[in-house]
Amino acid sequence: MSVDRKTVAKIASLARIRMDEAELDRMVPEFNAILAWVEQLGEVDVTGVAPMTAVIPQALRLRDDVVDADPLTGGGVRDAVLANAPAPEHGFFGVPKVIE
Amino acid sequence: MSELTDLGVKAIRDGVAGGEFSAREVAEAFNAAVAGAAQLNAFIVTTPEHALAAAHATDAARAGGKPLGKLAGVPIGMKDLFATRGVQTTAASHILEGFKPEYESTVSQKLWDAGAGMLGKLNLDQFAMGSSNETSYFGNVSSPWRKAGSNAALAPGGSSGGSSAAVAARIAPAATGTDTGGSIRQPAAFTGISGIKPTYGRCSRWGIVAFASSLDQAGPMARSVEDCAIMLEAMAGFDPKDSTSLDMAVPEWSASLDANLTGKRVGIPREYRMDGTDAEILKSWDDGIAWLKDAGAEVIDVSLPHTQYALPAYYIIAPAEASSNLARYDGVRYGLRELPQGANLQDMYAATRAAGFGDEVKRRILIGTYVLSAGFYDAYYTQAQKVRALIARDFAEAWAQCDVLLAPTTPTASFALGDKVDDPLAMYLNDVFSVPASLAGLPAMSVPAGLNGDGLPLGLQVIGRPFDEQGVLNAGLAIEQRAGFVARPEKWW
Repeated sequence: MSVDRKTVAKIASLARIRMDEAELDRMVPEFNAILAWVEQLGEVDVTGVAPMTAVIPQALRLRDDVVDADPLTGGGVRDAVLANAPAPEHGFFGVPKVIE
Repeated sequence: MSELTDLGVKAIRDGVAGGEFSAREVAEAFNAAVAGAAQLNAFIVTTPEHALAAAHATDAARAGGKPLGKLAGVPIGMKDLFATRGVQTTAASHILEGFKPEYESTVSQKLWDAGAGMLGKLNLDQFAMGSSNETSYFGNVSSPWRKAGSNAALAPGGSSGGSSAAVAARIAPAATGTDTGGSIRQPAAFTGISGIKPTYGRCSRWGIVAFASSLDQAGPMARSVEDCAIMLEAMAGFDPKDSTSLDMAVPEWSASLDANLTGKRVGIPREYRMDGTDAEILKSWDDGIAWLKDAGAEVIDVSLPHTQYALPAYYIIAPAEASSNLARYDGVRYGLRELPQGANLQDMYAATRAAGFGDEVKRRILIGTYVLSAGFYDAYYTQAQKVRALIARDFAEAWAQCDVLLAPTTPTASFALGDKVDDPLAMYLNDVFSVPASLAGLPAMSVPAGLNGDGLPLGLQVIGRPFDEQGVLNAGLAIEQRAGFVARPEKWW
């Protein structure tokens, strides 16, 4: 299957990556070359094979349901959370206006 | 006495513990070597003060008669994919430029707890996506190696290209790497050093910038198998903060190293003998077979029938996971923000990601977004996960016949920077021999086997059963002892 420029533009929009016309022109043939190559997977007989979900079989663990079980990833560390924010405001993450 | 910078992990640790030299002398020697090697561009930031502080702590502990850690006095390089508190962590991307984590990755913390110090943060392919260290926002890394009679800059491999270059150039005795599809083993092979990717889950992924979470594993890169074993002991271990961390004791791999392979069976996967593989690579593989026989092993032919499908499956699964993992870079919480005049929130996301990601990262995010999108998910992603299950089954069936597998690490020796940068598919083929073990979560290591006709290193790969790092290291040691690899790059930097 090959994709056209419009499809790549749509994918870029879904991935929230702005692409100008020149970038899209460059990306379309690269994208198609990679897709054409991975399509050989269609040859493989996968009848009765379950898709892999975990490479090493493991059960998910549950931790005790307590507040701040790990203090580092618990609450009360607002300044640390905001330390790398590009535009913190009043103790929050600042973003452009989202309502008209 | 030889120069301190010629020493490896064990020699430094034992020398410091025995009082032959101080940790401070070692840190100063390596800090100077790092400062003198700027031409390699192996480091994105250097942290001589971190190395000196750790050395001071080790010297003080020794003077006070306190017990010393497994890596006491050893300064190492840290791949810039590990979050380090207060030290810029970029994944070699523009989008994380200036990011100074408020926390420390589990693996780096364990290394500091063992007494290691940090020389700096090592360059890599951007978000660990690449095989030549040419996708870094902070510039290419040059391999310290050059072809005989040529001054052309060569690729140190990738994505752990800063790590491989630094260790091969003797500006670090060892370094951390991470391996998603070969990013420890391929650069190790290109630069004549050793590196091991342990079983998936051995090393915590907490605090490592995520690329493809079902594949990412940290591991050590050093100049001997024993140094790798020592360092891996310090890096591995259960971490409740990583949901896929293995809740198993960490063996004393270094104490149990044994190059006598009597009674062991080594499988030679026939599908790895691919058309177009370099004749010198095949020759080194034959050498490896002879060495392992000499070590007492029985060598048998095995089949891994789905090998040819590993790479295309990987280039669906890894980009799919990357497109999800990299969705976090939004210009809101950390990292770069691009806010064009009058932009709304969606425009800001798109502008930030356009400015912050390099071409290869964008390419993989788009492929990943496409294969996960409605209508294509089953045809691409589900099919790839089924093929991945078959690849893992191939290995499981091989383990009924043999204990470890021996194969080349890469299809060629290092190539010139610029040679493959315009052809993504040609670049992807570098990982043809390393990706299958990654998809199956298996421990695998690369060990230097010799030099090719151009004077460039070639690596051999040992792949083992799940959790059998010991078997991998032992076979690696048997190769190391027989290969007698002592070549080193001539200093030009």
